[in-house]
Amino acid sequence: MTVGWHFLYEGLVKLTNPAWSSKAYLLDSGGWFSDFFFWIAHHAALLKFVDQFNALGLSLIGLFLVLGIFSRIAAVGGAFLLALYYLSHPPFPGIEYFFPSDGSYFIVNKILVELMALAVIYHLPAENRIGLRRFVLLKKKDDAE
Amino acid sequence: MQNNNEKGKGMSRRDLLAGMAALPVLGAIGYGLLKQNSLDAQKNEAGLNDIDLAGSVSTPVQVPGKEIRIGIVGCGSRGAYLMKALGFVHPDRVDDWNKRGKDDPYWKQYLDDFRTQENLNVKIVAICDVFEKNAERAIKTGANSHRNGQDGPMGEAPRRYATYHELVAAPDVDAVIIATPDHLHVPVALEAARSNKHIYCEKPLSWTVEETYEIRNVVKNQGIVFQLGHQGRQTESYQVARALVEKNVLGKVSLIEVCTNRNDPNGAWVYDIDPAANEQTIDWEQFIGPAPWHPFSLERFFRWRCWWDYSTGLSGDLFTHEYDAMNQIFNLGIPHSAVASGGIYFYKDGRTVPDVLNMAFEYPNRDLTLLYSASLSSEKNRGKAIMGHDAWLELGENLTVFADPRSTQYKEYFDKGLLEPGKAMFSYVPGQGKVDAITTPTEKYFAGRGLLYTYRDGKALDTTHLHLLEWLNCIRKANGSQPSCNIDRAFEEAITAHLGTISYQQGRRVYWDSDKEQII
Repeated sequence: MTVGWHFLYEGLVKLTNPAWSSKAYLLDSGGWFSDFFFWIAHHAALLKFVDQFNALGLSLIGLFLVLGIFSRIAAVGGAFLLALYYLSHPPFPGIEYFFPSDGSYFIVNKILVELMALAVIYHLPAENRIGLRRFVLLKKKDDAE
Repeated sequence: MQNNNEKGKGMSRRDLLAGMAALPVLGAIGYGLLKQNSLDAQKNEAGLNDIDLAGSVSTPVQVPGKEIRIGIVGCGSRGAYLMKALGFVHPDRVDDWNKRGKDDPYWKQYLDDFRTQENLNVKIVAICDVFEKNAERAIKTGANSHRNGQDGPMGEAPRRYATYHELVAAPDVDAVIIATPDHLHVPVALEAARSNKHIYCEKPLSWTVEETYEIRNVVKNQGIVFQLGHQGRQTESYQVARALVEKNVLGKVSLIEVCTNRNDPNGAWVYDIDPAANEQTIDWEQFIGPAPWHPFSLERFFRWRCWWDYSTGLSGDLFTHEYDAMNQIFNLGIPHSAVASGGIYFYKDGRTVPDVLNMAFEYPNRDLTLLYSASLSSEKNRGKAIMGHDAWLELGENLTVFADPRSTQYKEYFDKGLLEPGKAMFSYVPGQGKVDAITTPTEKYFAGRGLLYTYRDGKALDTTHLHLLEWLNCIRKANGSQPSCNIDRAFEEAITAHLGTISYQQGRRVYWDSDKEQII
C-alpha cells in the first residue's frame, strides 16, 4: 500500500504537470549505462515517449498496488522502472552527480530498498489480505463451496 | 482465508474493510494533488505563473528574395565565425568535426546542426584579408557552398581582393561584412556605404569619436541597411527581460550591474602567433591603416586588441556587449556622464589597454546608474544584475527573477505565502516561450545556479546566424526597414564606450551634451 501510494503520487504529479520532463535527470546520469540515458535525453521524440510511458506506468502501477489488483504484474513493472532509475544513477564511489543526494549511499539506496519491497510483494501478494482482490478470492471461495 | 473469514462463508465486516482499504488512500492522494494544484492555480491568479512571453521573443523568418552577394573584409577568427553563421566553413573543419563526431556525440550534433542550419540564400563572392593564410582559407571556405568535407564537390570560389578599396567597389558585391580590427571598422564601412553596399559591421562601431559622427551621417544619407554585430540582440532571455521590465515586474530600477570576468591568456587577447606569418605574408601597411606607424610586429598583428593603436580596449571590446544588452532592454541611449578607473595590473606584457576597468555611467533622466566592472584575471562569475525595488533579475542565457524581501508590490504575496522573500520567483529557460514559476526541485536547482542545460543539447540556434538573417531580411524587403542594431543603436554604443575610455585615459568625469551631441 505504501509503495503503491508513492508510485501513484509520483505518477500523477508528472501527469498533471505538462512541463515535467525527465531530461535534466537523464542528463545527470552516471555509471556504466549513462550513454544509453544520454541518448534518450538527446532525442526529443524518444524523450517525450519515455516521459509519458514513465508517468503513466508509475500511475497505473501505483493504482494497482493501492487497489490491490494485478499486484504481481504491477510489482514486476515497478521493479523494471526502479531498476532503470537505479542503473541511471548507481550509488558507487567515484561517480559524481550534479543533483545532491538526500543521504549517504553505497550500492544500497532507497530505490534499491523499494525495489526489494516490490520483490516481496511479488512473492507474498498482500492483495490476498488487503484490497479489492480479497473480494475476488472470497467470491472464488464461495463458488468453490 | 479461513482465518480471516470468521464465518467461513460470505462477506464479513473485516472483509469489507480490508477490501476497501484503498479508498482512504486514494482519497488522501487525491487531496494532496488537489491541494498542490490549487496552490499553483493561486499563483496563476496572482499573475506570477505563465506570464505568456511568446510574443516578446522574435525569431526572424527568412524573407524570400534573390541571392545576396557578399564580400567579407577581415577573414580571421571572427570572419570565419561569421562565414559559418552564413553557412560556409572550410572543408577541413567539416572533416575534423566528422572525425571527432565518430567518438563524441557533441561534435556529431555540432556538425548536424551546422548542416541543417537554414540556408540564407547568399553567395560569398569576394574576400579580403591582409594575411595570406587567412585569405587562402577564406577562398576555400567561400567555395564550400554545399557544406562538404575535402572529398565533396565545391561551389564557385570567391575572388580575392588585395585591398578593401577594391572589394567594396566591385559591382557584383551587394553587401559587405566587416570583421577587421577596431581601427579599420569605420574606414571600410565609410567606403562601403559610399559605394551603396549594405553593411554588417562587427562591434564596436568606431575607434575614434570623430569618425562615429561621420559614419552615422553617411549610412543615413546613403539609405543602406546597416547592422552592428551585437548578436545578443537575438538572445531570447534579453528579449524576455525587456518584456518583464515593461510589465514592471521589477519595480523601479535604479542600478544595473554588468561585468566581464575572464582568466586565461586567450580571454586577455594574448592569441597564438601563426608560424606562417611574416613580413612577406602580411600586408603590414594596410593593417596599420589610420593607426600611428609602427615597425612590423607579429605580436601587434595577432594581439592587436592589447594596444590603443588598433583597439578600443575593454570598453569598446567587451563592455559594448553588456551595454547593448541593457540598451536593448531599457532603451538607455547615451548616458549623461561617465567615470572610469582601472589599470594594467596583471598582464604586464607591454600592452597599453587596461586589464582591470571599472566604469559608472549616470542616467539622471532615468534615475539609474549603469555599473561595469571587468577583470581579465579572475573568472569569478558576476552575471548581469538588474536591481529593482520589487525584484532583482539575474541575466545570462537564461534568466532568474528574485523577489526583493522589502518589495512593496509583492508584500501582499509574501503575506499570503504565495511568494518567498528573497527567493527565485521566475526562471526563464530559453526555448520554452514562457516564464514559469519555479515549482520543481530540478528547476530550483538549475535556476539557482544559472545553468543552461537546455543549451547543452545543441538545440539552440546560433545568435550570430539570426543576427545576419535579420540584416539580410531588411536588405530583401528593400522598404527602408533597418535591423535591431541599426546605425542609431550603433552610434549610442560607440559614444557610450568612448565616454568610458576617455574618462579612463584622462582621469576625469566625462559628460555628454545631448543637445550639441558633444563629449565635454
